[in-house]
Amino acid sequence: MTRFFAWGAFLFGCLYFLLPLVGMTEFSLKMRRGEYSFDAYRRVFEDQRFWDTFSYSLILSAATIVVGVLLVVPTAYWVRLKLPQARPVIEFITLLPLVIPAIVIVFGYIRLYNTSSFLPLTGSALGTDILLTMGYTTLALPYMYRSVDTGLRTIDVTTLTEAAQSLGAGWITILARIILPNVMVAVLSGAFLTLAIVLGEFTMAALLNRPAFGPFMQLLGANRAYEPPALAVIAFAITWGCMGLMQLVTRFSKHERAKA
Amino acid sequence: MSFLTMTHLEKIFGQNRVVKDFSLSVEKGEFISLLGPSGCGKTTVLRMVAGFESPSAGGITIDGKDVTGLKANSRNIGMMFQAYALFPNMTVADNVAFGLKVKGAPKAERDARVAEMLALIGLADLGGRFPFQLSGGQQQRVALARALAPRPSVLLLDEPLSALDAKVRVSLRNQIRQIQQELGITTIFVTHDQEEAMSISDRIVVMNGGVADQVGAPFEIYNRPRTRFVANFVGTLNTFEVEVADPASGRVMLAGQGLTLPDAPLAARAGETLSVALRPEALRLGRLPDAEALLTAKVTDVHFMGSVIRLKADLAGAAVSLDTFNRPDTPPPVVGSEVEVSLSGRDFILLQA
Repeated sequence: MTRFFAWGAFLFGCLYFLLPLVGMTEFSLKMRRGEYSFDAYRRVFEDQRFWDTFSYSLILSAATIVVGVLLVVPTAYWVRLKLPQARPVIEFITLLPLVIPAIVIVFGYIRLYNTSSFLPLTGSALGTDILLTMGYTTLALPYMYRSVDTGLRTIDVTTLTEAAQSLGAGWITILARIILPNVMVAVLSGAFLTLAIVLGEFTMAALLNRPAFGPFMQLLGANRAYEPPALAVIAFAITWGCMGLMQLVTRFSKHERAKA
Repeated sequence: MSFLTMTHLEKIFGQNRVVKDFSLSVEKGEFISLLGPSGCGKTTVLRMVAGFESPSAGGITIDGKDVTGLKANSRNIGMMFQAYALFPNMTVADNVAFGLKVKGAPKAERDARVAEMLALIGLADLGGRFPFQLSGGQQQRVALARALAPRPSVLLLDEPLSALDAKVRVSLRNQIRQIQQELGITTIFVTHDQEEAMSISDRIVVMNGGVADQVGAPFEIYNRPRTRFVANFVGTLNTFEVEVADPASGRVMLAGQGLTLPDAPLAARAGETLSVALRPEALRLGRLPDAEALLTAKVTDVHFMGSVIRLKADLAGAAVSLDTFNRPDTPPPVVGSEVEVSLSGRDFILLQA
């Protein structure tokens, strides 16, 4: 009986998540009247703005991931190694982006870094891109920090650090050659989450007036019928592809199997 | 001048003085064990030598150079940890080569040294494996090779055998000692296992409450403990109260029989009571011609341990342990039986402090 209810709950869950996706996908294929086709997808791919905004968001994702890794890995490592008492404070700080709306953050940025401020980042495209990258880094902070912190939990940070120190290694060598490779899967998981966030983010990019993928999706959604669901399916495929890549990396990373 | 010196070392964590006025000189090539119970400060002393803790007071020199303020990565020490601490992302060979790579040694030199070290620990064909593919004993041997590869001036061993099973422990400790002697490397070994310390050390430092209670060769520590703590901590001890008969000659009385203690003249007056102790093997089963006294004991328990049989017995009003060798033609006494026990005053340890 318990087994029956368990299967029932599982099937209900599957239907709950899959039905809208199936519906959306089916609708995206109905652009041609009376038959299924990939016309909506073709229209999306033929639109130059898709490629421009998508590549722009990809570049900013990469920049966000680099900044996030450079910020989070040393911080999480240092907190684990030297300041364990500061962990609750750091965790609280990294959770703030979840409760402070993106619109508040971006207005704060605009106020602080406008053209009449001491650091007029919004005065140039590059400056605004830097500002947007910092904003994305903030938004991705809860996910990146948690991923890296979980990764660090699986290794004996203190002993590995001391072992490396006793062999003559300095902090940069320890971080780059011992800590980072051992939390690489966690970093990648944080990186893919960051990618997903950046690709879908609308508020910051729209208010900073940058040609990102999020505003393009919104624009398309407001003006077209069949292309938006096609775009959504493409975005899902990209996200799932990233998750698949994560699994592959874990599988092929030989030493990671030891932790499993 | 000694190769490694620790002078008046102190370490204070908050309100807690973990190490108090600890001084020790270690000669080049010597194998020293820091032995003591948990919390006695032995690991803190080791960590101060390694550079992972800075002393609150005192100084450390290695080969005449003051290293007290030097960072851990500038001290040229090799260290083995209880938890192996092999780098999981690197192969065995890469682990061993790590220290050399950090020092900027050329690849050819690194490869040659790695091969030499792996041959030394008997794992020449496992260079391509990852740590998780090795047993605990193999991992610890790799950790030893890794620590030795950059030719450190001092080797520090922080309870490296604690996580291993009994058989591997014995074989690895012998291998560590053999390699240490072969390379002539000055070594400090931290352990709470007295048997381990006694079997491989040139000298043992018995630590208690942050101070060195006694420093000496294993034979001296075991047979002539200077404090009650050392006597109790190292080996099993039977304690008796004896009455002083003649302090000048060291003559005392136990259960009506006269014994002459080796520590004469005694710092006590005639008629006073002294605490003395005997190791289980100094109580000998049967009537022996060279014994000073012969007492009767009632057997309360028998533990057959293979080559040795440990008896528990009531002797002169005290519960004692008595060790005797197993002889295939003589079965051990049965519980409840009365046995004769021979003892001599020269085997007694006078307990102070």
